Amino acid sequence: MSAVSAHGGEHEQTTTGLNHRKMLMWAFLGSDCMFFGSLIATYLVYKGKSKVGPYPIEVFDIPVTSVSTFVLLMSSMSMVLAYSALMKGSLKGFRIWIASTAIMGMTFLAFQVFEFTDFATHKIEVDCAKIHGESLDSLEHELAEKCKPGDGIISEDHGLTLRTNLFGTTFFTLTGFHGAHVSIGVIWLLSLFFYSFRKGGITPQRHLDVDLAALYWHFVDVVWIVIFTVVYLFGVFEGF
Amino acid sequence: MTTLRLEIPRPVHPTGIWSWITTIDHKRIGILYGVTAFTLFLIGGIEALLMRAQLAKSELEIISPEVYNQLFTMHGTTMIFLAIMPMGAAFFNFVIPLQIGARDVAFPRLNAFSYWTFLAGAIMLNGSWFLGGAPNAGWFGYAPITGEIYNPGHGIDFWIMSLQILGIASLAAAFNFIVTILNMRAPGMTLMRLPLFTWMTLITSFLLVLAFPVITVALIELMFDRFYGSNFFVPAAGANPILWQHLFWVFGHPEVYILILPAMGIVSEILPTFSKKPLFGYPVVVLSGVIIGFMGWMVWSHHMFTVGLGPVANSVFAITTMLIAVPTGIKIFNWIATLWKGSLNLSTPMLYALGFIAVFTIGGISGVMHSQAASDAQQQDTYFVVAHIHYVLFGGSIFALIAGIYYWFPKFAGKMYDEKIGKLTFWLIFVGMNLTFFPMHFTGLDGMPRRIYTYYNDMGWDLWNTASTLGAILLAMSLLVFIYNIVTSWLNGEPADGDPWDGRTLEWSIASPPPEYNFAEIPTVSDIDDWWVKKRTANAVVEPTEGIDPHSIHLPQPSYWPFVVSVGLLIGGYGLIYNIAVAILGATISMIAVYAWSFEPVNDPEETSNH
Repeated sequence: MSAVSAHGGEHEQTTTGLNHRKMLMWAFLGSDCMFFGSLIATYLVYKGKSKVGPYPIEVFDIPVTSVSTFVLLMSSMSMVLAYSALMKGSLKGFRIWIASTAIMGMTFLAFQVFEFTDFATHKIEVDCAKIHGESLDSLEHELAEKCKPGDGIISEDHGLTLRTNLFGTTFFTLTGFHGAHVSIGVIWLLSLFFYSFRKGGITPQRHLDVDLAALYWHFVDVVWIVIFTVVYLFGVFEGF
Repeated sequence: MTTLRLEIPRPVHPTGIWSWITTIDHKRIGILYGVTAFTLFLIGGIEALLMRAQLAKSELEIISPEVYNQLFTMHGTTMIFLAIMPMGAAFFNFVIPLQIGARDVAFPRLNAFSYWTFLAGAIMLNGSWFLGGAPNAGWFGYAPITGEIYNPGHGIDFWIMSLQILGIASLAAAFNFIVTILNMRAPGMTLMRLPLFTWMTLITSFLLVLAFPVITVALIELMFDRFYGSNFFVPAAGANPILWQHLFWVFGHPEVYILILPAMGIVSEILPTFSKKPLFGYPVVVLSGVIIGFMGWMVWSHHMFTVGLGPVANSVFAITTMLIAVPTGIKIFNWIATLWKGSLNLSTPMLYALGFIAVFTIGGISGVMHSQAASDAQQQDTYFVVAHIHYVLFGGSIFALIAGIYYWFPKFAGKMYDEKIGKLTFWLIFVGMNLTFFPMHFTGLDGMPRRIYTYYNDMGWDLWNTASTLGAILLAMSLLVFIYNIVTSWLNGEPADGDPWDGRTLEWSIASPPPEYNFAEIPTVSDIDDWWVKKRTANAVVEPTEGIDPHSIHLPQPSYWPFVVSVGLLIGGYGLIYNIAVAILGATISMIAVYAWSFEPVNDPEETSNH
C-alpha cells in the first residue's frame, strides 16, 4: 500500500488524520462565513437608512417566518437521523430521512417564495367606512384622504422589491443568497437520495459523501438563525 | 450518471494539445500558469508603455483621455489579478508538492479547474478591448463612478464578471493548497519543519479564502446595481458609496499580502541556499509571516485616510499600519543576518533576492510614510503612491518572482539558463526599475496627480516624467533579453542535474525535471532543511529515475471535466452580461460537468482495486 496512491479512497493516510475532502469543506465554510458576514454587514450598515417604505415592520410577518424557520431547523435534525441510519446500515432509514430533509428544505424555499411574492405585492388598506376613531399611520392617512362617500375598503400598491429602497435591496440580496445556498443543498440531498438506489452508491464505508452534505446543510441552517435574528427579529422589535 | 462515464472514455493522451487540456499533473499546471501569467504580464507591460509614452512630455496627444482611463484600469487589474497572483500560483503548483514530499496536490482535478477558470477570467477581462471598450474606473473601481449612470456600456460589466470568475479560480486554488500543505506532508515534516515558501503559501491561501468572499459580495452588489437596478451604491436612495471602499479594502489590503508573502517565501528559500547557511531565526520568520497575515486585516482604512472617517478611526489605522511594519522589518533583518558571514554565491537568483531586499525596503519605508494620516493627505492620489506601489510590487513581488524563475528553472526545465545573460538582465532590470519609479517620488511630492492623461508644461514635471519613460523603455528591453535567455536555455541549455545549487529542500532531492510521480519513495523528514542535512550526515544522493517502473506508482488520471466546468463558467459570465438564456446554458454546462466530475473516480476502478 505504501508505494501506491497519492490519492484514493476515504481511508488514505493524511498528515492530520482528517480526510482531504472534509478539510476542504471546513475551509469552504470558513470562506462562506466571510461571504455571509459581508452581506449581513451591508444589511446592518443600511438598516434604517431607507428613504421610502415599505419598512421591515410593515412587511414582516414573524409568525409565518417562525414556522419556516422551525421547519429548517428540524431539517437539521432529520439530516442527523439520516446519517445515523446510514451508519447503522439501514439504507431504508437513510432514504426516508434524507428525503424528509430535502422536503423540509423545499418547504422552507416555498415559504421564501411566498414571502418574497407577498412583500412584492404588499398593499396599504383603509376601510373608508371606519376612518373616524381609528388610529392611522401617515401612509394610511394619505390614502384615507382619497376616500369618497360610500367607499368600502380601498387599497394602494406599496410593494417591496430589490429596487424600492435600501431595505429591499439589502434584504432580498441577503435572503436570496441564503435561499440559493438552500437550493444547492436540496439538489445535493436529492442527488444523494437518488444515488442511494444505485448498488453500492451509498454505503456506511462511504459515509463521507453524506457527512459533507450534512456539514453544508447544518451550516446553511446556522446562517439562517443569524439572519432570522438580525434581520427579522431586530427588524420588528423596538430598541434594535 | 454512470452512463455519462461509460459513454465518454477517460482521456488518455500522453502528448499534444489534449494532454495539456486534460492534464491534472501539478507540474504541467504550474507551467501553464507560469506561461499564461507571464504573457499577461507582458500585455500589462505594453499598457504601461503606452501610458509612459503619453506622459513622456507635457501636453502630448498620443493617447486620448478615454483610452488612457482604460489603460490604467487594465494595467492595474491585469498586473495584480492576472500576472502577479497567477505567477505566484505557478510556483505554488510546481514547487509545493515537491517541497513537502508529495506526488501531487490534494485535489488534482480541482487544480486543473483553477487554471482553466483563471484563463476564462483573463479572456473575459482582455476581451473587453474588442467588445465596446475596456473598464475605465481604476483597479479599485470606486462607487459611484462604476454605476450605470456614470459608466454606461459594458466595460465595468466585464470587469465585474472577470473578477468574479478569477475569484472562483483563486478560491478553488487556495482550498486546494490549504489541504495539500496541511494534509500531504511527508512523514516527519512537522509545521515547524516546513520550507519557508510552503509556509508563506499556506498563509497566503488562508488570506485568499477569507478575503475573496468580501470582494465577491462587493462585486455582487455592484452587479445588482448595474443589472437589476438595486440601490447599494446609489446616493439618491440614501446609500453610502463609502461602503464600496470599505468592502474593497477589507479585501484589498489582505490582497497586498497575498501578493507579497509568496515573494517573501521565495526570497527566504534563495538567501540561505546561496549563502550556504540556514535561514537566520527560522521560527521568527515564520511567526512574522503569521502576524502579517493577521494584522493585514486591521489596516484597510489607511487607504481611506482622506475620506473623512474622523480622527479616531484615522489614528487607530495609522497605529496599526505602523505596527505592521514591525514584522516586515523583522523579516528584513533576518534576511540580512542570514547573509552575515555566509559564503555568498552571487548567481542570478541571489542577485534578484538581494535586489528585492534593497528595493522592497525602499517601498516599505514609503509605506510607513503613508501611515502618517496627516502627511498621507498630501500624498493621496499622487505619483508618490504610484512610486510606493511599484517599489513593493515590482521591486518586491516581481523581483522575487523572477528570482524564483531563475532559481527553479533548472528544476522545471531540466536545463541551465545562461548565467552571463542572467546577470546582465538583473542589472538592466534593476537600473530600469529605479529609473522608472524613483522619479515618481519627486513628481508625486510635487503634487502630480495619478490617473491624469497629461499635464501642463509649466508644472515643471517634464524632466522626471521623461526619465520615467526612458526607464520604462529600458525595462521593456531588459525583459526581452530575459525572455531570450529563458527561451533559448529551455530549448538548448546545458542539462541540469537534480541539485544544481546544493539545495536545502526536498525538491532538490529528485531528478530535473522531476518524473511524473515526483518521488519514487516518499522521503522521511527529520530536520528543517532536511535534504541539506541528509547530504552532510547520510551522504544522500539525488533519487535515481532508472529502475523505477512508473506503472507501479498510481497517479490520478487526466480528466476532461475541469476544463468543461470552466468553459461553462465563461459562457455563463457572458450570458449574464448579454442574455440570460446564454447564462442558463453556461450554468447547465457547468452543472452537468460537475456531476460527471463527481461520479468520475480519481483513478479508474480497476486501478484502485487495492484500496
